[in-house]
Amino acid sequence: MALYSEKVMDHFTNPRNVGKIEDADGIGEVGNAKCGDIMKIYLKINDGVITDVKFNTFGCGSAIASSSMATELIKGKPITEALTLTNKAVAEALDGLPAHKMHCSVLAEEAIRAAIKDYYDKNGIAYDKADFPDPHEED
Amino acid sequence: MKTVYVDNAATTAMSDKAIEAMTPYLKGVYGNPSSLHTVGQAAKEHLEDARERIAKCLNCEPKELYFTSGGSEADNQAIRSAAQNGARKGKKHIVSTTFEHHAVLHTLKKLEKEGFEVTYLPVHPDGLITAEEVGAAIRPDTALVTVMFANNEVGTILPIAEIGAICREKGVIFHTDAVQAVGHIPVDVQAQNIDMLSLSAHKFHGAKGVGALYVRRGIPLNTFIDGGAQERNKRAGTENLAGIASMAAALEEACENMGKNAKKLAALRDRLIEGLLKVPHSKLNGDRKKRLPSNVNICFEGIEGESLLLLLDAKGIYASSGSACTSGSLDPSHVLLALGLPHEIAHGSLRLSLSEYNTEEEMEYIIREVPKVVAYLRDISPVWEELEKGLKPHLI
Repeated sequence: MALYSEKVMDHFTNPRNVGKIEDADGIGEVGNAKCGDIMKIYLKINDGVITDVKFNTFGCGSAIASSSMATELIKGKPITEALTLTNKAVAEALDGLPAHKMHCSVLAEEAIRAAIKDYYDKNGIAYDKADFPDPHEED
Repeated sequence: MKTVYVDNAATTAMSDKAIEAMTPYLKGVYGNPSSLHTVGQAAKEHLEDARERIAKCLNCEPKELYFTSGGSEADNQAIRSAAQNGARKGKKHIVSTTFEHHAVLHTLKKLEKEGFEVTYLPVHPDGLITAEEVGAAIRPDTALVTVMFANNEVGTILPIAEIGAICREKGVIFHTDAVQAVGHIPVDVQAQNIDMLSLSAHKFHGAKGVGALYVRRGIPLNTFIDGGAQERNKRAGTENLAGIASMAAALEEACENMGKNAKKLAALRDRLIEGLLKVPHSKLNGDRKKRLPSNVNICFEGIEGESLLLLLDAKGIYASSGSACTSGSLDPSHVLLALGLPHEIAHGSLRLSLSEYNTEEEMEYIIREVPKVVAYLRDISPVWEELEKGLKPHLI
């Protein structure tokens, strides 16, 4: 379908890092089933580095592709680098998303931040709250 | 790759007869029906011949038919005209339903901004309303009742003859958007008490970009496209003769074969419904019996419709969904919401609309492939995980 770039279709039909991590160090879930998108990201963290990442997503093709791409972009990277990932970078790595699908890339960014925050909270690691604004509830 | 087209409520493939009917007007009979010379008058004869043949299929007079660019234009003209003429007599109230096509709903929304009041009758969970409910909503200042003949998403068939009878009794104009019905189920404007009716050729194997509006004799019709005197001054613009000829041929063919087609389609439909409802936590939308022989609409809990469609597309199955993501809005189908489905269920809908060109073998292919795709999407869905772990109750 010409609706999406080849890259989006590739990451949608063959998503990378799908699944769960049973003993995850950080889990982030954002979105709302009512709006048609929920993303859940699982992180395994060792010495400040994301050694493994998995996702589960309920949503449209671009939501699944954005989750897949975002996990690829942070896998093996230090947390500090993962925190600099923007939704724009996710969309660009997918060769672009249609305008009305950009919120899917925003969800991917938010899900990763939520998972890192969860890791910080669980391990009593101090952080600047300004770096983790509450993802707005979409209702 | 095997391909199965099951999106016939969106549009149909043209029939051979409809294509053959068009070609003389693309090559040969090129005249403008408004021209006085022989070439023009030859075209005019063909135009009026097509009008007569379509009129016969609907049981109306040829003079009561106006050719338009399609169903949307016919809906716009019928509703706006009835509203304007009602307003002249101080009648500024319209009765409709919450699950009409957007060609109707958006026209009504505009009229509301212009000072009209619209009662949108709530649709029952089975996708139906009753004639009594329509009757109860009619007021002394009601200018128009507009209720669709059959719903485009869930396929339910409304009690049109009964609604028409009540409108006739109360002296209110009754318009029906019959785009999904004409050529598929019996439509008879006289027996069914219809004052105005919209139809579209490409829904019954005719060409795109052409349709018609039936307006019963005696009901005033206003002009919205100004210009020449075509369509007895009611719709300017040189007639799309090739398209109109295809519409006449396609409608005749559809009406001739209606009984045979409906029987075949109902069998295919019932096989699909039976096969797909074996998927756990799935639900048929719309009444099981009072539905178009061609329509299947099913929700699968825990998944989202667009991803389902895209994966089916990759398997050569071309279907549709009332999912928000296919239309670019966050809200799912207004039709499924009108039936009272919660947002999260309405997101996971699949519409399969059949035509007589489909086969049993294709149905078996769909029945094999859809459950696999649903299972895959559920497997990666956090919503499904919560449902399965019992953290949230299953809704269907």
